[in-house]
Amino acid sequence: MRKEITFTILYFLLSFLVNAKTIPVGASKNCHTIQQALQLAVSGDTLMISKGNYHEKNILINKRLTLIGIDYPVLDGDLKYEVVSIKASGTSVQGFKIIRSGVSSMEDYAGIKIYNCRDVVIKNNILENTFFGIYSQYGTNCTIEKNKLTANQTEEQQSGNGIHCWKSDSMRIIGNYVTGHRDGIYFEFVTNSIIWRNESEKNLRYGLHFMFSSNDSYISNIFKNNGAGVSVMFSHDVKMIHNYFEENWGDGSYGILLKEISDGYIENNQFKKNTVGIYMEGTSRIKMTGNVFEKNGWAMKIQASCMDINVTGNNFMNNTFDMATNGSLVLNTFNGNYWDKYEGYDLNRDRIGDVPYRPVSMYSVIIEKNPPAMILFRSFITTLLDKTEKILPSLTPENFKDAFPLMKPLRL
Amino acid sequence: MKKVIKYVIIDILRNKIMLAYTAFLLVLSFSIFSLEDNSAKGLLGLLNIILIIVPLVSIVFSTIYVYNSAEFIELLVSQPLKRKTIWMSLFTGLATSMVLAFLLGAGIPILIYQADITGMMMIVIGVLLSVIFVAIAMLAAVKTRDKAKGIGIAILLWLYFSLLFDGFVLFLVFQFSDYPIEKLMVAVSMFNPLDLARIMILLKMDISALMGYTGAVFKDFFGTGTGLLLSFSVLVCWTIIPIWLSIKKFKTKDL
Repeated sequence: MRKEITFTILYFLLSFLVNAKTIPVGASKNCHTIQQALQLAVSGDTLMISKGNYHEKNILINKRLTLIGIDYPVLDGDLKYEVVSIKASGTSVQGFKIIRSGVSSMEDYAGIKIYNCRDVVIKNNILENTFFGIYSQYGTNCTIEKNKLTANQTEEQQSGNGIHCWKSDSMRIIGNYVTGHRDGIYFEFVTNSIIWRNESEKNLRYGLHFMFSSNDSYISNIFKNNGAGVSVMFSHDVKMIHNYFEENWGDGSYGILLKEISDGYIENNQFKKNTVGIYMEGTSRIKMTGNVFEKNGWAMKIQASCMDINVTGNNFMNNTFDMATNGSLVLNTFNGNYWDKYEGYDLNRDRIGDVPYRPVSMYSVIIEKNPPAMILFRSFITTLLDKTEKILPSLTPENFKDAFPLMKPLRL
Repeated sequence: MKKVIKYVIIDILRNKIMLAYTAFLLVLSFSIFSLEDNSAKGLLGLLNIILIIVPLVSIVFSTIYVYNSAEFIELLVSQPLKRKTIWMSLFTGLATSMVLAFLLGAGIPILIYQADITGMMMIVIGVLLSVIFVAIAMLAAVKTRDKAKGIGIAILLWLYFSLLFDGFVLFLVFQFSDYPIEKLMVAVSMFNPLDLARIMILLKMDISALMGYTGAVFKDFFGTGTGLLLSFSVLVCWTIIPIWLSIKKFKTKDL
């Protein structure tokens, strides 16, 4: 009996707590504008916004509200204002079409900006022609999910990033599509976050840009045809799993650029048709396994400043060059990969080649030192040079080898 | 002219060496494609055939053929035919049969295994190289009276185009590595039909690597419509100029 009384009391208490209103907004509703509704609302209320065009200058949310758009109402920033500013924790913004935010070189105007709060959910929105798309500044435990961000920016200096997180923590960036921004997804001082199943293509600079962001993972994303690929710098404990890096073409364009990275995993990714699949500089303690490198100009460029990179169980197929490096010091291991250029034999039939494979060809060394020599690539004389080098290594680093090359490609 | 061409073609097609060449190309191309697990690697093997074997056979066979038909040429000259017509018929006949042999031997396997833009480019380039080296052979043959010397010159020319010239370019690249020589390299490559042919195939095959800085210079030139047109024109020039020189020589040659 006492138990039931307690439940009843609890029930009433709870129903009092969740006694939140729903305020409809629209041309035919009581509230015509969102600003009006924002003033009426108290923390915990829900605003249902009907289809229509809303020119509401800056929509500032400083109470814990849920804003839900019905059939994608258009929030227009008129190229002057930040469209939605969120300054209250627990706010949720869903189902809007946000267009034309202000552009400024002094302030980072965004389509939706989170200021110094937590547990914000931004979901199912369409952002078009915004300066910055979704911006989180000191955000914690926020979810940015299934948004579609499109912009047509042309100059790096006058453009903003798609999803921009700065000094944030425990962010979840899931299933977004970003195109035409400066960087698709930008992380600076962001920790313990996950980037999952996003697609970032045709951005001016990087598809994904990581700076000083540690303990993050990015999993199952597609980065395609971005100006300079993906860049991960000055971070540690970053996990990169099951991503696609495709068609990042150009000088200084990389599938992934790793600079000053330590203690990470690069697993089961696909690198296809990039000028350089992975470029590493000052990187240490990375485990690379299960990746597929296909049709790249260079599958990997590992500078001599890297150490303890463990490359094992990857497939290297149809790359113009498998590896390139800039020195003779090798502190990394490359054992147990499949290389389609391997010409050795396997006498004991254990599916492991009996002679080591040297992934750095002589010509890749020459080209590293003297790029115009590329014009002679695949000519008779360079083929001869390469063959001689294979028999008597002199220019290529002696220790740069796969001692246990696989005879058959791995099933990846 | 038609009759002479027809006669030359029939004569060459009956030639055992020509049949062997066709069969050799066919067997080699098929085995390359079927031995390699991916067709891209097959293409690479085929590239070597196109850049090495096709020019070699074209130049050597044509030189020998011209020398061997010295009596036939003398006979024709005694007929009321222009010397230019005789020489052009000989060239057309030789070029047609070389092209035919290449198309049968390498063209068919390429079409079967790799019928994309890279494959098409290879076929076009192979055809052009066959014709170019027939033209060069005829120039070499008309310049010298002695057969052994003529064949020697033909082989040397082949060696020059496929090896020595590239060695020279490599030397240049290293000597002038401090200077921006990318554009110069593009110009230099025009002086060797094999280099030009190779680069054009490279642009299709190793496009990713060529998107790097230097490659981009090459790609900006060769990859554009104008560049492509220019490269093909230069390749055609490599046919026209030797044959024109050889006609000039043949017109006044004391047979």
